[in-house]
Amino acid sequence: MNVRQELLNQIRAIEFMTVELNLYLDTHPCDMRALKEYNMYTQQLMTLKAQYERQYGPLSNFGTALNQGMSWRWIEEPWPWEQDHWMEGCENVDL
Amino acid sequence: MWIYEKKLQYKVKIKNPNPKMAKYIITQYGGPDGELAASLRYLSQRYHMPIPEAKAVLNDIGTEELAHFEMVGSMVYQLMKGASTEEIKEADAGGYFADHDRAVYPSTGTGVPFTAAYIQSKGDPIADLHEDLAAEQKARATYENLIKLADDPDVIDPLRFLRQREVVHFQRFGEVLEKVEEYLNSKKYF
Ligand SMILES: [Fe+2]
Repeated sequence: MNVRQELLNQIRAIEFMTVELNLYLDTHPCDMRALKEYNMYTQQLMTLKAQYERQYGPLSNFGTALNQGMSWRWIEEPWPWEQDHWMEGCENVDL
Repeated sequence: MWIYEKKLQYKVKIKNPNPKMAKYIITQYGGPDGELAASLRYLSQRYHMPIPEAKAVLNDIGTEELAHFEMVGSMVYQLMKGASTEEIKEADAGGYFADHDRAVYPSTGTGVPFTAAYIQSKGDPIADLHEDLAAEQKARATYENLIKLADDPDVIDPLRFLRQREVVHFQRFGEVLEKVEEYLNSKKYF
């Protein structure tokens, strides 16, 4: 598994926890343990996303992530639904 | 507002094209119990929810359904991409091909285009939440049918993820219904 794929899988796994806890907290807003866990996973997620974005370009746009580099990296392929580009050059890159 | 994130919520990477499976799965893109219907239903109903928990759950599940909409669209895209016209003919997907080539179009597996008639926004939170609970069960049942029709692990894996999310959504809607009923009962004074 290449580094980009591994990092993305890590991001998805941690984000899954934040989505789950978010929905749970919507109906249990005073659960202190869930609140603590939500903040813990959110912190981890922010760190991982920043690491990913430094290397592979922004994950989100409209002013929510910095563009790092000398061109507008947002338009770089592949887009999440694409898989052709995984074969050329950067093998096994999943989005 | 919404911010797009340039990744799928869960990995979709289908190596082998399969137009027949694409034709089955498209219903979760634009069919009656599909992800687009789910998202529009919850995001439209949220305006009339009476308590903060209910507004949040409809808002957030409506948002997650959009991520599922993208996953299903990606599955259909990858299943159609690279399929030869011969394979499309054999899969009996020629009708879809005539109208849409290999593009992703919101419709049922039998070609009925998406319509807002699949959803309701009643202005009555109890009625709306009962619809939402039923919607999650119907989506779960559809994913179970699709899993029965699939034989490729690349297809089954994301379908299982999506099925499991419907179970969680059902649970949250159940809790919201209870809280809304409690709230409405507490407001009755007679
Ligand atoms: Fe759902």
